[in-house]
Amino acid sequence: MALLEVNQLCVEFPTRRGVLRALDNISFGIEPGEILGVVGESGAGKSLTGAAIIGLLEPPGRVASGQIIFDGKRIDNLDQEAMRAIRGRHIGAIFQDPLTTLDPLMSVGKQLIETMQTHLKLSDRDAKARAIQWLEEVGIPAASERVFAYPHQFSGGMRQRVVIALALCAEPRLVIADEPTTALDVSIQAQIITLMRRLAADHGTSIMLVTHDMGVIAETCDRVAVMYAGRIAEIGPVGDVVRSPHHPYTEGLMGSIPSLESRVARLRQIDGAMPRLNAIPKGCAFNLRCTKAIARCQDERPELLPAGTTQAACFLVQEGAQ
Amino acid sequence: MSAISRFLDSDFVYSFRRSPVAVVSAVVVLIIVLCAVFAPLISPHDPFDLASISLLDSLKPPAFSPDGDWSFPLGTDDQGRDVFSSILYGTRISMIVAVLAISFSLVVGITVGLVAGYAGGAVDAVLMRIVDVQLTFPAILIALLVDGVVRAVLPPAAQDALQLDVIVFAIGISRWPQFARTVRGSTMIERGRDYVMAARVIGISSPRIMVSHILPNVLGPVLVIATLNLGLAVLDEATLSFLGVGLPPTQPSLGTLIRFGNNFLFSGEWWITIFPGLTLAAMVLSINLLGDWLRDALNPRLR
Repeated sequence: MALLEVNQLCVEFPTRRGVLRALDNISFGIEPGEILGVVGESGAGKSLTGAAIIGLLEPPGRVASGQIIFDGKRIDNLDQEAMRAIRGRHIGAIFQDPLTTLDPLMSVGKQLIETMQTHLKLSDRDAKARAIQWLEEVGIPAASERVFAYPHQFSGGMRQRVVIALALCAEPRLVIADEPTTALDVSIQAQIITLMRRLAADHGTSIMLVTHDMGVIAETCDRVAVMYAGRIAEIGPVGDVVRSPHHPYTEGLMGSIPSLESRVARLRQIDGAMPRLNAIPKGCAFNLRCTKAIARCQDERPELLPAGTTQAACFLVQEGAQ
Repeated sequence: MSAISRFLDSDFVYSFRRSPVAVVSAVVVLIIVLCAVFAPLISPHDPFDLASISLLDSLKPPAFSPDGDWSFPLGTDDQGRDVFSSILYGTRISMIVAVLAISFSLVVGITVGLVAGYAGGAVDAVLMRIVDVQLTFPAILIALLVDGVVRAVLPPAAQDALQLDVIVFAIGISRWPQFARTVRGSTMIERGRDYVMAARVIGISSPRIMVSHILPNVLGPVLVIATLNLGLAVLDEATLSFLGVGLPPTQPSLGTLIRFGNNFLFSGEWWITIFPGLTLAAMVLSINLLGDWLRDALNPRLR
């Protein structure tokens, strides 16, 4: 059974000019131990999906319909107190900017201890020992001496390691990582990605990795979901989606990545920009920018249906398959 | 590096050493505080011990004047009490009142500010309107009002016993809105920071986030205001005592001494009121200068 199941999730923002639907019928699952990548342009709804799962949508945003099922139980309708018991303990989170995610006036050890003691029954001494253990595990040198150092005494990459330790220290089963490497330089990125993969494998943790970096996705994930304008365009095993994309949007996305093997004069690009939430076209959200659009795309909304080894929301694939 | 040597090497200490005004006012404050704390050891006489004062010594001028007596360095009042000793004890009481009153305002102000800033919405609106209303009245008026009401409510026996508590309460309650406003503003800024979001994601409870994460991060500006308000609270107490609603002559504060001495000013015994007045001025001025320096030192933009 899937660890996390998201069914027909819709998230809406009521505004002065009507209700904006930021997530529109999103469905996907994450298996235990699996790493699911979520890619898409800015504003496609990647981070929002993470926020909805963890129950931290900023008002006035709200879950309008659909279900979020974690470990067999619905968690989208829990009250704040019940959700708080799940956050950190069962679902952890890692944010983009390690420089601001740590409390500047609290030592990293104390932050780890606080987190563990919030969820696990640990004596002060055990908690301290575990904190040091975690710092060692995420690769902080001389962990036992630096356990009570403050965040500003660590470098950016080290801080992100601490943030990862913080997200994992209560041993959650799912971690939502929202662009965990964006603020880091490339060489550190690779280290952090390797670290996350190793820890996920060691502890059997599932990860939902939100990013717009296809390179990171290809290296890290088991499966990938491509999002566009609040919908999932394509979802499937990462190798298949990257090598043989079915949805024209995924294809465009892959075409825009420079490659070392093939020398091309100019990278392909997708014309136009993603529509604003109040101007999503009828039918397929991508139809205005799609070079292969057919008449049907402008009226009907394509369902996410199997296409080869992946699932794609595109009539071309579905009709071609018939 | 040990914590102490690290502190001595900090920018904070460096900026302190580089500022003559800060050093001088810190020394003055330190001397006054030490004198107040060790008043019983330093003072040549005990102004509260009726057995030790003699009417024969009354209205003696300061020691440096022709008729002076070196056993009463700053002269005596009409009861023969040593003015210097009275000032030491008076400073002690003024200090105690000011520190307690500001601590009280801090507790109330910080609590209200944190809750308002963190909760937002209706809670914030209600609490801040209370603050706004109170800020439309001068602090001293509020203190007078509270003092009057409390005294009217308390039975006479309790009034004598609780005199100090009443004035602490009156001054404290008149000064909390400033703290509440400052804390609320900073809390609203901190609340949007990632580390607070991260703490929420980790599942830490709201009261705990407020106390252990937000509070330390908003404390800087509050401490500056608290220092400046400490000087003002000393003045509040002096004003109340001068108006006769503060502390009685049997338990004199600086304000009481000034009021009391004021009666003799025009008959030539100027030392009874001038010396406590100078002490008060020196104390408040030093505290304010120290507060000003602290504000600049804690503001990274002014470095």
